[in-house]
Amino acid sequence: MGTGTGIGRVRGLGSAKSGAHHWWMQRVTAAGNLLLVVWFVLSIVRLPSLDYRTVTLWLSSPFVAVPLVLLVINTFYHFRLGLQVVLEDYQKESSKVAGLIAINFFTIGAGALAIFSILKIAFAGAR
Amino acid sequence: MARPRSRPLSPHLTIWRWGPHMLVSILHRATGVGLALGGATLFTWWLAAAAGGPASYARFLDLMTRDQPIGPDGLPLPGTAMLNPLPALILIGLTWAFFQHMANGIRHLVMDLGAAYELKTNKTTSLATIAFSIIATLLLWAWIFTR
Repeated sequence: MGTGTGIGRVRGLGSAKSGAHHWWMQRVTAAGNLLLVVWFVLSIVRLPSLDYRTVTLWLSSPFVAVPLVLLVINTFYHFRLGLQVVLEDYQKESSKVAGLIAINFFTIGAGALAIFSILKIAFAGAR
Repeated sequence: MARPRSRPLSPHLTIWRWGPHMLVSILHRATGVGLALGGATLFTWWLAAAAGGPASYARFLDLMTRDQPIGPDGLPLPGTAMLNPLPALILIGLTWAFFQHMANGIRHLVMDLGAAYELKTNKTTSLATIAFSIIATLLLWAWIFTR
């Protein structure tokens, strides 16, 4: 822990070059998820139906599309951090690196698809 | 990292007597991974199907639901659940996983503050998360199926 220089001790980052950021973001996104996912579950159940028209009409409201995009960013960030922790506990070296890359691909790929889909419906308006 | 084979290993799962704290800790991981892989995939699939237009959304709905029985008045019989059994099972599992992960997540936020580490309190809050997730899942699906 920065025994070398004064500035190293002040920063307290050690040889890992980073501190509690991963841990802290897991908590911040957890708090966001609590609000967003509870809102999502209640909203979905309260919709009169899940047919095409009802769902696209619902998604075309800014007050649905924006929280839903935030939900995707927040939940995907949260599970990206969580999957990394689980992976690091059970895999080592080469399989860990491969797994981390797979986790990143899955998170970014699915997240981009989800956000694009929400925006496409929202911008096209209900039909 | 190479380690001589003669070195002792730390005690692992099999030697501990099971308690609620151990159970919810493992459930937290399992439900988290389940929600991350299963939940996120189903959620994204649903959105992409809707973004693809009426035809692709109809295909998605067709996979998830079955046709409702029609009553003598020509309308779908009320109270007939429309989900297919497998999607229903997956969705009920995902909602239970969400409630369990949420309740234990709140428990962990409290523990992050340094509270609730006493053995008895810790055991009680562990049991409370399990009770909450089961009751919340039952209530939610009772609501869905009786609407």
